Amino acid sequence: MIQLARWKVTLVVLSLVVGLLLAFPSMLSQAQRDALPGWLPKNGLNLGLDLQGGSYLLLEVDVPEMRNKRVTNLMEDVRVALREQQVNIGALQREASGVVVTIADPGQFDTALTELRKLAQTGIAANGQPDRTVSRLSGNRIRFAYTDAAVNGMGATAVDQSIEVVRRRLDSSGTKEIAITRQGADRIVVQAPGQSDPAELERLVGRTAQLTFQMVDTSSTGLQDAMAGRVPPDAELLTDDQGTPFLVKKRILVSGENLTRAGVGSDQNGRPAIDFRFDGQGARRFGEATAQNIGKPFAIILDGKVISAPTIQGAITGGTGQITGSFSIQSASELVNLLNGGALPAPLKVEERRVVTAELGADAVQAGMVSTIIGFILICVFMIGAYGFLFGGVSVLGLMLNGILIIAAMSLFGATLTLPGIAGLVLTFAVAVDANVLIFERMRDEARAGRSVIASMDAGFNKAMGTIVDANLTTLVAALIMFMFGAGPVRGFAWTLTIGVFTSMFSSVMVAQVLLGYWLKVAKPKKLPIAE
Amino acid sequence: MRGWPLIKLLPQKTNFRFVKYAPAAGVISIILCVASIVGCFYPGLNMGIDFRGGASMEVSKPAGQVLELDKVRGAVSELGLGDVQVQGIDSAASAIVRFQIPEDEGQSAVVARVEKAIDEAVGEVKYSGVSVVGSKVSGELFTSGLLALGAAIVLMFIYIWFRFEPQFGFGAVAGLVHDMILTFGLIVLFRFEFSLNTVAAILTVIGYSMNDTVVVFDRLRENLRKYKTMPLREVIDLSLNETLSRTIITGVTAVGVLAVLALYGGEALFGFSIVLMIGIVIGTYSSIYVGAPIILLWGVKRGGSIDEDAKPIKLGMASRP
Repeated sequence: MIQLARWKVTLVVLSLVVGLLLAFPSMLSQAQRDALPGWLPKNGLNLGLDLQGGSYLLLEVDVPEMRNKRVTNLMEDVRVALREQQVNIGALQREASGVVVTIADPGQFDTALTELRKLAQTGIAANGQPDRTVSRLSGNRIRFAYTDAAVNGMGATAVDQSIEVVRRRLDSSGTKEIAITRQGADRIVVQAPGQSDPAELERLVGRTAQLTFQMVDTSSTGLQDAMAGRVPPDAELLTDDQGTPFLVKKRILVSGENLTRAGVGSDQNGRPAIDFRFDGQGARRFGEATAQNIGKPFAIILDGKVISAPTIQGAITGGTGQITGSFSIQSASELVNLLNGGALPAPLKVEERRVVTAELGADAVQAGMVSTIIGFILICVFMIGAYGFLFGGVSVLGLMLNGILIIAAMSLFGATLTLPGIAGLVLTFAVAVDANVLIFERMRDEARAGRSVIASMDAGFNKAMGTIVDANLTTLVAALIMFMFGAGPVRGFAWTLTIGVFTSMFSSVMVAQVLLGYWLKVAKPKKLPIAE
Repeated sequence: MRGWPLIKLLPQKTNFRFVKYAPAAGVISIILCVASIVGCFYPGLNMGIDFRGGASMEVSKPAGQVLELDKVRGAVSELGLGDVQVQGIDSAASAIVRFQIPEDEGQSAVVARVEKAIDEAVGEVKYSGVSVVGSKVSGELFTSGLLALGAAIVLMFIYIWFRFEPQFGFGAVAGLVHDMILTFGLIVLFRFEFSLNTVAAILTVIGYSMNDTVVVFDRLRENLRKYKTMPLREVIDLSLNETLSRTIITGVTAVGVLAVLALYGGEALFGFSIVLMIGIVIGTYSSIYVGAPIILLWGVKRGGSIDEDAKPIKLGMASRP
């Protein structure tokens, strides 16, 4: 074992060269890295948000709220569809995924059923099947509800859509390298490195940007009654920015989903306004609605706030329009950005937020570097003190290779270095020399038992190896668990521990074998310097 | 130069009768474990916002100026945000402020309110490192943290069971549980914050303690094969003595390096490194006084030959086969 095998020497030299090549870019600045010739690796260490500064947001998609809204809409669809056929609704009872209508006049039952079946055909779920079903119940009742598949699909679709929308919104605002990932069933993680303004980030993802066009209830006493607490079942009481109340029909004429493009324009008085264009379906619906309601006001509503409530002057069939309101240039362009990014299918709630300023991150890097270097020196002094320049020096050289290999491997795999990760690194150094300690102690034992230098060194490596592997595997198990359960910084710690286990087993054992083998060959020692 | 390398100063052969003191050590360990468990509930762990929910932010004045902690505390307390903690760090210029987020209010709104209140109380300050954790997420993090610790122990047990023998597995797991409980006890004693990082530190302690235990067990297994007739207690003592110099050298290295981290690693790593340091000391102690003696109590198969089973031995009584 201790004989100087050529493949071992080659392996150590090769790993040193490759390690240096891969670790080297981490020592350079970004500009220097970009200037490197193409064939050289360019990936530096990937610093965690706690080291480079940045924002971490954990968002939860409010799926129940979205389902709720869908059911409200469905209820209004039913109400309107039946009213258009002059069907008398006895009762409209809300359920978790739909409604149960009681038809007051049994003679109208078949008309109602046909009408609702027609309505069910208008909506299509992702799987190509109608997303709503109609079923007859006893006692002149009809259930009109979302299918189970549609209800279950809503959550997953909502999260996917939300990720898309969040990405469009954040990227269009010019921040780069933002990672947006899904976590679990209904959560989204946003990681934005650098000095992006966390408040702006939150404002961008925090707004649903749900734009709807709804008719204003113009019945003579409707608003007074509603403010007195008697809101009609088909309407809702909303306010605008100034707090002026509006009683608005719940039924949505057209929504932001039908927008194809929004832009900042100006109204006839030269104040900022928002120009928009509908798609074909939106244009048709808007045209029909405006044609039927000339002279009546409708409300443009964004996230539950009335932006403006203009009166319809004539049928608007061109599919374009303008929203006027009290916009500043900035708020208008922010809103345009949101509208073009699309509405979130459901509100996003911020569940967790961590912001580290770049300055704090730089301090952490500084502290981490200082302690790593001092820790490293301490180990070197200690090992050389304990085992002398030869054996101690061998483990110090192994440790250096280990450090290079860890940085190289982390750059190669794109692992993230976090602050606890730095602690993991320093600890890995301490555990790495443990392998050398085990080997050297074993050699001393064997020499004490009266074996020759070569035999005791050989036995040292052989017998210690099993222990070293066993001991390192336990660290690996701990790291594995941190991967499974931990988040962010803890995972970074697990990364360094895992990589460290492999590199330290290689460098502590291999480097020692090669260097000590060489020493045996050249010096032909009569006794082991570390044994008496 | 005699005596250098320094390793020559360590006696080649030590003959400490470790097992002799095992009963006393066992009693002490049990008392400390019970005290630690009680401590975890009363006064209880100092939960960080990771596990409790709420917000924490770092507030600092420009270097050289003094941040008046009392004023900050007063201003934030008036907002009615539950348990408010203001803790000065490093220099007099900065502090960490922790508070709760009321259920019915948005996180950003509360943080903005707190920032405004602090600004009004002590003038212009800088906010760096703001963390807010919702109550739902914190509950989940806590559960997964505890699960992680449980999973670690179970996996280690399985590993040792396969690599060694069941008795060794029980010894190792008893050692791990002991280390974990005592580490928790010290976290309570020093009022360290219990956070995600602390869980990572405890997991590392578990890894290290296992590492230490494996080294001892490995030697024990080897000696059990080599000295088939030696009484179990003597084999254990022999193995502990043989691995002692390694235990000391590695332990001192690890503790030394962690001390460096605690001193130079800044506020964020301080608690983390101290927990690791304490854990490693406890882990080293437990490999000697928890893991091995339990094997002694349990008895073990000798050297692969089934007819030479060692009987369990009563502690404190010299028994010879």
